Amino acid sequence: MATPDIETSATAASTRAGTGTTFTRFVGLATIVGMIALGVFGLLLSPADVQQSDSVRILYIHVGTVWIAYVAFAVTALSSAAYLWKRTTSLTWDRLAGASAEIGVLFMALTLLAGSLWGRLSWGKFWVWDARVTSTAFMFVTYVGYLAVRGLGGSHQQRARRSAVVALLAVLEIPLVHFSVKLWRGLHQDSSVADRTHVNLHGLMLFSLFISLIAFTLLYVWLLMHRQRVLAMQDAIDNTGLDYALQQRRDEGDL
Amino acid sequence: MDPVVHLSNAVAVLGQFPVLAGVNLTVNRGEIVLLQGPNGAGKTSLLRLCAGLLPLARGEAVLLGCDLRTQREAVRSRVGLLGHANGLYADLTVGENVRFWGATVGASKPEVQAALQRMGLAQRLTDVAVSRLSAGQKRRTALACLIARRAELWLLDEPHAGLDAAARDELDATLRDAAAAGATIIVASHELERAGALATRVVEVVGGQIRTPYGEVA
Amino acid sequence: MFRVARLIAAKDLRVELRSRVVTNQVLPFAAIVMVMFAFALNSDAVVSRVAPGLVWLATLFSLLILVQRSFAIENADGATDALRAAGVDPSGIFLGKAMALAVQLAVLELVLLVSAVVLYSTELRVGGIVLLLVTFVAATVGLALVGTLYGGLAGGVRGRETLLPLLLLPVVAPVLIGATRATESALGTGGATVADGWPWVGLLAVFVALFSVGGTLAFGPLIEE
Repeated sequence: MATPDIETSATAASTRAGTGTTFTRFVGLATIVGMIALGVFGLLLSPADVQQSDSVRILYIHVGTVWIAYVAFAVTALSSAAYLWKRTTSLTWDRLAGASAEIGVLFMALTLLAGSLWGRLSWGKFWVWDARVTSTAFMFVTYVGYLAVRGLGGSHQQRARRSAVVALLAVLEIPLVHFSVKLWRGLHQDSSVADRTHVNLHGLMLFSLFISLIAFTLLYVWLLMHRQRVLAMQDAIDNTGLDYALQQRRDEGDL
Repeated sequence: MDPVVHLSNAVAVLGQFPVLAGVNLTVNRGEIVLLQGPNGAGKTSLLRLCAGLLPLARGEAVLLGCDLRTQREAVRSRVGLLGHANGLYADLTVGENVRFWGATVGASKPEVQAALQRMGLAQRLTDVAVSRLSAGQKRRTALACLIARRAELWLLDEPHAGLDAAARDELDATLRDAAAAGATIIVASHELERAGALATRVVEVVGGQIRTPYGEVA
Repeated sequence: MFRVARLIAAKDLRVELRSRVVTNQVLPFAAIVMVMFAFALNSDAVVSRVAPGLVWLATLFSLLILVQRSFAIENADGATDALRAAGVDPSGIFLGKAMALAVQLAVLELVLLVSAVVLYSTELRVGGIVLLLVTFVAATVGLALVGTLYGGLAGGVRGRETLLPLLLLPVVAPVLIGATRATESALGTGGATVADGWPWVGLLAVFVALFSVGGTLAFGPLIEE
């Protein structure tokens, strides 16, 4: 089992002042355009639903955030696996996993909020005990735990290894939770969220939904790139601190 | 000349702090090396590095013929560390503790008995719960565990702390015997007086590095 | 690996036999929790109806304490460090501690079951005994495995104890659901038949399978410093 060298500040992330690059600026611009388009289509151009009237418009946000939350967690899981797989000494995978999890937790919270509101407006209840909703909430809590594990301290490698293992255990556990809740609610013959959402999506509504998916994906990519770079910079600061401390330590010896 | 420990420019970090800033040290079989130095110099970290508990960040480390980077497990099973804590189970008796640690390497009953005997625990103390022992007795129990584990390299962190004068002398005698029997011992200690009685070599640790006898940093 | 596991399990159980922390402190705690449930729910009918759920809830709360205790004995005198420094196989440590934890859990669950019979007038159905036993075994093993796994990461270390419930409770949710439904089937609570219970046992079995493998692999990296 190879112990990687500690990173020197030179090998870590960019030495530029900010985290923006041409690519991120392009993505950022596209996001803004996308969001505006979403606003226009979602609020103005698309028709209100026959049954749900204007409250269906929350769906455009809700679906977007759910999509991103799941993508973010998939990225975290894959990045964690990638970090452990080749025993790569590159902490980029670890930072990617961490940044993605942070974004995922945020969007998961938004999802639960928007979903809750929509539920209240549509059928009068803030919460339903169906499989999808409940396991989404569980995913949220699990990844809050994951972020807590990331904050436990120690060297960067320790943090990376520990949280990668925790992330993969979460991948193991989430389907189990989902499946158990599904079996459980099956007993009650409750209608699931899918049954209740008899929203007939067609034409402009479907189109708005697609815009939502695209706009939110762009937003995710933009956030991820920036956040991952910030994390890289934080690690680089730690390492620079280390080189400096190393020198100080050595100076301690000379007298 | 059978180098049991060979460190070359070893750097180790705790969090972001470089506790070892480039250590060069060679220890041969049968030596008793005394590590001296002020608090925070890195003596404990050096011991923990050799025990395989502290990861090597930069440099080279070969212990008992095994590279610390790639063969950490192999190193660990042959090295015994006695840190500030004793690593004992307070609710179990002396005998049970030594037997447990011996069993981790498959030691036989006679071996365990021999370990207890060497530390003077075989007569009255074998069935006494560790929680009821004095500090010195706990130290001896911990050493008996090291012996039972057939450790080839002993790393002792302030083993004399909390012991009275007689107990210290006993400890020194035990260590000398162990070295004569083939163990290699590295002791970190504040006790300058011990140097003559115990060690074959004294090494000074300052600022995470080894200082040569002539005051230069190695 | 199994030799080490047996060694560690024996050691853990011997420590418990000597110190009697579980028998003197955790079991009474569990019993008190059962009483508290009755206070809170304020209705004999309701309590009888939900008795299986209460038993498993009390088990989960006690599990947190048991796990903390299991790792506290290691950290008390630096034994975790010593075990790692000695190069003892982490998978063996995992299995050993899980086995010891399972034994303690089994005793706990027995006490809770008896409490339920006494306090909540729960009745044991002869036809459901096999289901009940299998459920208890499967759930106990599952809880012991994940408890030990996350305990290695968060248990018994000052400053990390609060992390354990956050990490562990979401993971044991499937066990809570599965064990409770299966127990209801075994006892006939709320009209459940024994046949309904077996799928839930299947769920528990999958849980055990996944986490025995996952835990054995993951424990080493998690306790590494």
